[in-house]
Parts: sequence; C-alpha cells; structure tokens
Amino acid sequence: MKTGFDIMIVGIGGQGTILASNVLGEACLVEGRSVRGAETHGMAQRGGSVESQIRINCEFGPLIVPGTADLLIAFDLLEAVRYRHFLKEGGEMIVNNQLVLPTSTFTSGQAPPTENDIIGMLKGLKISIVDATAIATAAGSPLAANIALLGAASHSIPLGLESLLEGVRRCVPKKTIPINEKAFLDGRAAVNP
Amino acid sequence: MDTKYLLGNLAIAHACREAGVDFVSGYPGTPSSEVIESLRTVSDEIPHLEWSVNEKVAFENALAAAWCGCRALVTMKHVGVNVAADPLMTSSYTGVTGGFVLLAADDPFAHSSQNEQDSRIYAGFAKIPCIDPQGIQEAHDGMVKAFDLSEEFGLPVMVRPTTRICHSKGDINLGEPATGHRSGNFTKNPRQYVVIPAHTRILHKQLNEKQPGIKKRLIEEGFNTQVIRGKKAVIAGGISAAYAREVIPDDVSIATIGAYPIDEEWLKAFVSQHTEILVIEELMPVIESAVLEVACGQTIYGKKNGYLPYEGEFSPSLIAGALKKASFITGELYPAVTPAENLPIRPPILCAGCMHRSTFYAMKKVFKDGIFPSDIGCYTLGLQLGAVDTTICMGASITVASGISLCGEERDVVCTIGDSTFLHTGVNGLINAVYNGADMVVVILDNRITAMTGHQPNPNTGKTACGVSSPPLSLESLCRSCGVSFVETVDPYDLTLLLETMKKAKAEKGVRVIIARQPCIIVAKREGLKRRPFMVETNTCTGCQLCVKYGCPAIEFHDEKASINDLCSGCAVCADICPAGAIRREVKR
Repeated sequence: MKTGFDIMIVGIGGQGTILASNVLGEACLVEGRSVRGAETHGMAQRGGSVESQIRINCEFGPLIVPGTADLLIAFDLLEAVRYRHFLKEGGEMIVNNQLVLPTSTFTSGQAPPTENDIIGMLKGLKISIVDATAIATAAGSPLAANIALLGAASHSIPLGLESLLEGVRRCVPKKTIPINEKAFLDGRAAVNP
Repeated sequence: MDTKYLLGNLAIAHACREAGVDFVSGYPGTPSSEVIESLRTVSDEIPHLEWSVNEKVAFENALAAAWCGCRALVTMKHVGVNVAADPLMTSSYTGVTGGFVLLAADDPFAHSSQNEQDSRIYAGFAKIPCIDPQGIQEAHDGMVKAFDLSEEFGLPVMVRPTTRICHSKGDINLGEPATGHRSGNFTKNPRQYVVIPAHTRILHKQLNEKQPGIKKRLIEEGFNTQVIRGKKAVIAGGISAAYAREVIPDDVSIATIGAYPIDEEWLKAFVSQHTEILVIEELMPVIESAVLEVACGQTIYGKKNGYLPYEGEFSPSLIAGALKKASFITGELYPAVTPAENLPIRPPILCAGCMHRSTFYAMKKVFKDGIFPSDIGCYTLGLQLGAVDTTICMGASITVASGISLCGEERDVVCTIGDSTFLHTGVNGLINAVYNGADMVVVILDNRITAMTGHQPNPNTGKTACGVSSPPLSLESLCRSCGVSFVETVDPYDLTLLLETMKKAKAEKGVRVIIARQPCIIVAKREGLKRRPFMVETNTCTGCQLCVKYGCPAIEFHDEKASINDLCSGCAVCADICPAGAIRREVKR
C-alpha cells in the first residue's frame, strides 16, 4: 500500500506544471528519496487541461488513485474543481486565484462560471488561495508564477526548504535563478501554515 | 553510476547511448518521440541519426545498418508498427548482425492515438523477443540488454514501453555512454539477405529453432521473476506489475513478466504451485493465454472471464477492484469519490494564430455542403470546428476522399492533410487519385514542420534532425509531377485570397490541390516572431459573435461584447471576419 506523500499539480497546458513537478523531483534527488511522476504530454498541451502527479517516497507506479492525494496544487480555479476528487479526506489544496475560461464556454454560449461560483464549489476543503501571478510579478517576472505557487505550497510538502530551493535552481533557466528564488520565498511567506 | 530525475523516454535514450548505438531512425509519434528528440541533442556523438519520412522507411534504413554490423535503433508509436510491419515480418527471417532494436511505444487508453493495439502481438507474430518494462529503470536496463540479446540471437528485438512509462518520471540510475562506434560493413550473403522462396523456407525454420533458447535466456537475464508466498497468485506484465505490487496482500504470490516469449516450463512451475491465479495485463490477454495453456485444474481469473477489461489503461485502484472480485482481498482499499459535474470542458484546442483555423473557416464557407476527410496531426482538432468528418490513419485523408468521390457520392469532397503526413503516406494516395480519375480537393496544411509531436523537422522544413540544411522539397512540383494541373499556394492569413482560391477550386473538376502555407505559430514565436496583437473597439462591436464562433482562444465574450485576451498573436484573420469593422491592431502598448 501507499507509503509516501502524493501531490497532484493541475493547470492548463503552457502554465508550467511540468517545470513545477520537476522541481519536486529534483528536490527528492537532493534528499536521496525515491520518486515517481506522471505527466500529460503531446497534443493535450495545446491549451488543454493538464495534470502532473508526483509521488514522494514511492517505489511503485506513477499514478495517484483518486481520493488519496495528500496535496493538490492548482494553477487555475476551474482546474482545482475538476481535480478536487483526487484529494484524500483532509488533504490540502493550494490554488492560484486565476480563472482562465475555456474557449468552449464562449463558442457553446454556455454561461461562464464566475470566480465566486467556483470558490463556492471548493467550500469545506482545506484550501489556500494565492495570487501567484502578483507575487511572481513583484519578484521580477510573471513567468515565475508556477514557482511562487510551489513556494506557497511548500509548507505542506515533506521536503526541506533548502532541497526545494536547490530543485528550483536546477530547473529554471540560469539567469532567472534569483527571480525564481525570490518568487518561491515570497510565495512561501504568503501562506501561514 | 549517476542518478537522475528523468522522463522515461530520456532514460531510454540514455540507455541507447550506453549501448553505443550507431544508427538511429524513426518517425515521430506520441508517446515515442522524445527518444530521438533527446538523442538529437547529442547527435555529434552518434554516427547517423535521422527523422525518416515514415516508419517503414525508418525501419528499413535501420535494418540495413544492422545488416552492416552497426547497432541500430528505430522508434515509432504502436500504430507506426503497422506501417513498418512489412519489413518487420521478414526481418526476423533474415536476422541481423549488429544489434537492432525496435522501440514500439504503446498507448493504452489512446491518450494521443487512434487505437489501443498491443505491440506484444506483433512481436509474437514476427517471432522476435519483446521487452515489456514495468517501470523506467526496467525500460532503461532492458534497452541496454536488448542490443546484446539482438546480437546474441541475430534477431531484431522489440522494446515496448507504454505511455505511463514513456511520459512518467523517476529517480533513475544511469551508466556511462559508450565510446567508439562501428562503421558499417556489408558482407554479401544472398542466402540470408535475398528472401526468394528457396531461401526463406530455410530461414523460417532457423527462426523457429531460435525460440527455445530465447525463452531460457530471458529467464536467466531476470526479465521474468516469481516469488512464492501462498496458494493464491498474481501474474502481472508490464507496468501492471508495478501497480499490482502496490496493492497485493503479503500472502499472495507474484510473478512479473517483463519479456516475451515466456518459457512454458518456467510458467508451469509457478502456476502448478497455486490454486487460484489472477492475471493482470493491459490490452490483449497474452500472458493469460500462456497461463491457460499450462494450467491444470487451477482457477484462472483474467480478461476472458470478465475480471479485468480488454481496453484502457490499468491503475492500482482498478487492480484492487479485480483482487476484491476474485476474493484475494476483502473490503475497499480506496475511497469512493465523486468528480465535480457539469464543468465547462477544457479540451486541447488549435493555438491562437494557428494557420489551420482560417483554412478550415474558408473551407466550410465555400464548400457548405462538402465532405471533409482529414488526417492525423494538430489539425484533427478541426473536429471542434466541424471541419473534420473522417480520421483513420496517417495519409488516409486523401485515399478516403478519393474513395468517397469515386463511389457515387455527389457532394464536394475536400480533404485536409498536414505537410508531414502528406510526405509520410499521403503522396501515394494523391498519385492514385489522379491516376484513377477522382474528383476532389486536397488542402495541404503546410506549416513546414511536424507540429503535433513536438516540432520535428521533415523534408519540407529544409533541415535534418541533426540541424543540417537539406535540399528544400517543393510540394508544388511534387503535386504537379503526380499529374495535378490545379495547384495553388495561398497564405491562410489572407482570408480574401484564401476564399477566392477555394471558390476557384470549387469551379474546377478533377484532383485540385491547394497548399495553405504559414509557419506553425509556436515555431514562429520561438524564432522571434513579434506582431502587435489585436483589440476590439467595444463601441463598434455589435455583439454578433461571428468572431467568437471562429473559435480562437484569444477571443472572449463578456457582457454582450467580444474582447481579445493576451493570447493574441496578431494573425489578423478575426479582423477580416468582423462585419462591423470593430477589430483592429492595437496601437503600440
């Protein structure tokens, strides 16, 4: 049976979910832990809903069973709702307070859900909503939003702060390391554990 | 030894370097593409590496290199093996001198595929060994061994990872890349390389005589393992073995199958020590059939009696369900969950500024009553725009179109095909359509690259996989030389000209070709393209939603007015569509 800590990272193709999961994978290597990850590649990346699964201290397959994830990191409010059933009872959710409406809502003439509708659908869960884009922009680049969100989630991740920062340094382009380190730490400071 | 956090396909690519691969070919296809994409980055250390025009071509090139004593790798997705099946089936007769590995990446659940076929069947059909890893480390280690096995038995070896291995990551132990390479040296031996009937009958017998030795060696190499822990047992193959290990009770025995063919004596020894056995494998019941053949009174649970499905991918929870059904466990291992309902879907979508969108738009406008066969590529997403009526396999848009036009259907037939797919197997269909008098329009969606699988170059790009300039291929000349007299090239961002060209084509008879040419927007942006985006003048917008129906992800609609978000790449097509003239290029921000 499950022995480790399972994290779902969900968002929209192009938002940097894979890079965020790579940071966690590298941080596991720093600590000498076994790790598994599953990702969405290929055509689904074209603006589609994407998920990365990361299993820390795992020696089995890469898939997280719905209802068993310890932590869910969502880059978009709507995607947080789409994948909320992956969380175990009492699991935590860190959500970027961004809502990108799918083009399907406009072309189909469906009434698009509002931010408040969606936050209502997440009621009752252990959830922190973070403005990762604002934190990243203040740190130097909106492109670091994925790292800021990871920072906000870092209190709940069973990996050391220094290992996570080393993971960040290994994964982001060299010249953006200072911005991403700052985004991570500012994201971390934005959430009170 | 080095430990890295790696994508499965990158670990497989690294293993090929450790095995000292000399010759690499393949055709892109999810989930296989990253193997060659990764090897491309070190192409200076590999004597020959290419993206080929299709899988048959790739296979034959690599086979020839292996005949010359080189270590050769050919990669493709599962359905690519269909294209390469002709040489595959006889390559096991001729055998090889240098190690020859076919990487066939399967896609249970058809994450990015048109079917869920199981390549293990092909390996059995061709009578070649097949390595079916349960994880990335096993895929890596198996790939290194595959080259040795191929040389030992003088046979091609298939390595068959699935999507959840190719596209998953883990902490992987890597070896050192080999140094030094072989140069090809062909030794003439007609009895081996010329498969006339007199030769092939002997070669077939020799192939059959190799089988028992292969089965024994796969056990010795540790691909297939067994642990006895009780009277009940699980036998699991491929990645299902990793899922099974997560959920299996301590008093249930487990055998894991990582390579085929399975040695019957070894399997019988395991089966005979148990009373009940659950066989777990995705897709076809290959192991289950082998177990049923050696079973003698044991109860076997599997696909054939409904304990597990023949389709889709497996997971720990699905396997837990089968264990419970077979009474190997009691109670629920996992909680029941309810996904949120009625959420707006977020499927993949053509990019903002994608050239395919305007082409589909014009096609539907001019050929209102048309039938639209299409093909495999990003443009299959034109389904959402009502511009894709059929898709079956690579190159089949043109042949399906000619078939429809020649069977008595009277509506206009307008098919779409990408440049890479056209060069893969589309051109054969065009030759045939002209030769046999079809009446149809072929729209070649020419974005200069193989986009969907991650932007691999093709003969139309003007660059090889190694980044070397190649002679530019002329689609226009190629089509004309097939006998097409109507060949028009158009910029799909020029909506007026595009519509005119479509109308001109509609007025003609015979096979007509329109080449819609604009670079893939992702590639263009990577190469530095910057165009000022567009905006909607809210006061002028009448809220008619014609631009919204165009389906571009940059166009939104709020409070009865359209607006353009920051995905806009400045292609300008929506400005041409807006009847109110409300869409214009932004002045400098």
